[in-house]
Amino acid sequence: MFIKRTNAGRAAALAILGLLSATGVAPAQEPLKIGLILPYSGPFADLAAQMDYGVQVYVKQHGDIVAGRKIEILKRDTGGPNPDIAKRLAQELIVRDKVDLITGVLFTPNAMAIAPVVTEAKKPFVIMNAATSVITTRSPYIVRLSFTLPQVVSPLGGWAAKNGIKKVYTLVSDYGPGHDSEIFFKKAFTEAGGQIVGEVRVPLRNPDFTPYVQRIKDIKPDAVFVFLPSGEQPVTLLKSAVEKGLLADGIRLIGSGDLTEDGVLEGMGDPALGVITSGHYSYAHESPENAAFIKAFEATFPNGPRPNLTAIGAYDGMAVIYAAIKAQNGKLDADQTIDFLKTYKAMSPRGPIEIDPETRDIVQTIYIRKVERKAGKLVNVEFESYPKVKDPGK
Amino acid sequence: MFAFAKPALATPADRLIAAARWRWYETAFWLGTLLVLFAFPGYLQLASQIAIVGLFALSLDLLMGYAGIISLGHAAFFGFGAYVAGIIAKYGWGEPLSGMVIAGLSAGLLGLIVSPIITRLHGIALLMVTMGLCVLLFEAANRAVWLTGGDDGLQGVEIWPIFGTFTFDLLGRTAYLYALIVLFLMFLVARRIVHSPFGLSLQAMRDNPRRAPAIGTDMGERVRIVYTISAAMAGVAGALIAQTTQFVALEVLSFQRSAEIMIILILGGTGRLFGGLIGAAVFMIARDQLATSYPQYWYLGIGALLVAVVMFARGGVMGGFDRLVRWWRARAGAGR
Repeated sequence: MFIKRTNAGRAAALAILGLLSATGVAPAQEPLKIGLILPYSGPFADLAAQMDYGVQVYVKQHGDIVAGRKIEILKRDTGGPNPDIAKRLAQELIVRDKVDLITGVLFTPNAMAIAPVVTEAKKPFVIMNAATSVITTRSPYIVRLSFTLPQVVSPLGGWAAKNGIKKVYTLVSDYGPGHDSEIFFKKAFTEAGGQIVGEVRVPLRNPDFTPYVQRIKDIKPDAVFVFLPSGEQPVTLLKSAVEKGLLADGIRLIGSGDLTEDGVLEGMGDPALGVITSGHYSYAHESPENAAFIKAFEATFPNGPRPNLTAIGAYDGMAVIYAAIKAQNGKLDADQTIDFLKTYKAMSPRGPIEIDPETRDIVQTIYIRKVERKAGKLVNVEFESYPKVKDPGK
Repeated sequence: MFAFAKPALATPADRLIAAARWRWYETAFWLGTLLVLFAFPGYLQLASQIAIVGLFALSLDLLMGYAGIISLGHAAFFGFGAYVAGIIAKYGWGEPLSGMVIAGLSAGLLGLIVSPIITRLHGIALLMVTMGLCVLLFEAANRAVWLTGGDDGLQGVEIWPIFGTFTFDLLGRTAYLYALIVLFLMFLVARRIVHSPFGLSLQAMRDNPRRAPAIGTDMGERVRIVYTISAAMAGVAGALIAQTTQFVALEVLSFQRSAEIMIILILGGTGRLFGGLIGAAVFMIARDQLATSYPQYWYLGIGALLVAVVMFARGGVMGGFDRLVRWWRARAGAGR
């Protein structure tokens, strides 16, 4: 008897498990479904929140009905750079939830893992952040609305060489985007007559900057070129640079926009003043589009962060999705969407943008900016611009 | 474990034979896994990952549940297997079955090399050393960018169809059946080991590490053998994840993976073979459902689940059911 009853209990447990997994959704109508894949939990949740807010602001401004079709956004969490989870989520969104389009994606490995899935399933894939140059070549269904590192740092290389910076030491994170930015900054900088006096690649996870900063101080370059993923690391680097007296020695910090990303800029404090970066979006960009975007963002999330470059990527990502739906009168056919987006042109809050029909990658204005205090806030003030920069990485 | 509820049998051999008998609920369980193919065709990707994680948990169960060797770095072998399978597929040999065997053997070899250290340690020291080994491998893979792709992950892994015919499809049918069959075969191996005199000596070692050598058990040898087998099994699980996703990320070697598999095993119940499989299913289905509904806050739900299981179902989900049944039986007896 004992054995039988135990097994009955076990069978009941399995049945409960089965029920748990069977709670699928049965839609009443047929809305257009968009799968949004982001690292909502874990150490990168702040950036995911920025992107999620960007999406929400766009939907709030433009409604959730486009060309008569309701838009349903299905959010999925990768918890960080987890390509196996990202790939499974994309497969499930397509097979189980029948989404019409995949978007989001903060990390390059996740985008790489999803690429073959969208190719096989023939679904458009709008990348809102992942910035390694090579991604768009991995599937004909990928369109990118963020930026690439080569695109952002090449103008900075030219600018630095023409503006009294002759010797540069490069410090980058040891992964795809870091390698991209090191190679392309070096190329642009040396072609314009500059000289690289040293380079280092630091680990992506929890690097201690003190020894690197000390070494740089001994070499005495005119400037240090930095690429670090936006967030905590630039703050830590700046702290080390202040402690070791790097800035006091007149060695300048230059880098991609991630270095003085708007979300953490305020937290860097006065030492950040004067840091020169190149980027595609600044909170302080002066245009009616940006003013409207910031107003809507701050009205929707009064206690939220200051919108940064990831938020704008998500916002523009939604903009192209809406435009594609409108152009097809409420449909999202994969090939038509991609064909339409290849000729996409618009005025974004970041400035004029368009999609390169050859590479399906974004073409945009890159600005050289300087950290200044304006109306009590630390912001990246744009003072020179390079229009229509294509990704030089391809 | 049910064997112990019966009157003691004459000899240990009889007892082992009785315990090893194939039971109807085991048949039902495995038939049930096949049912998933038809009942939940949209969930096959998840199901295949559950099967893979279940195999990984099973490998840890042999070590932790049966031999009493606690390891907080079992992802070392999982990740090693994943990288071996991924790298040979990337450099031209994409045949999945042989790739998996090579990966399993390599992970087993790594386990064999490490095992002499394991035999000398217990308790916290063992935790630290196993964890350290995993961290070492993680950093090695992180630095060897030319081989592993470092933080960008191993790209360009191409797996050929199984037997040249079954491609890894979008629905995940091939992936699920492949993972399930491998899991089943490995389960048979684990089951055979557990119900053998060797398995019994492992449990003796776990239950009384002082007395076991006194009655003639060569503990060092037992530890080396079981550690090697467990490592090979974890390597096979790693190979499966690499082959079914055709990508290897540094995360396969992460501390989080080691910790999570321990949680899964404890959740399901240690020392029960099925514990790891049930734990993997409960954990991953709960995570999938919670993360779909609350992408930002689902960890809260997982935390609550873990606390609830530890408080109310000691011995994991399986242990909880045992106690429930015992309580039910006692009540029925009292009412008679």
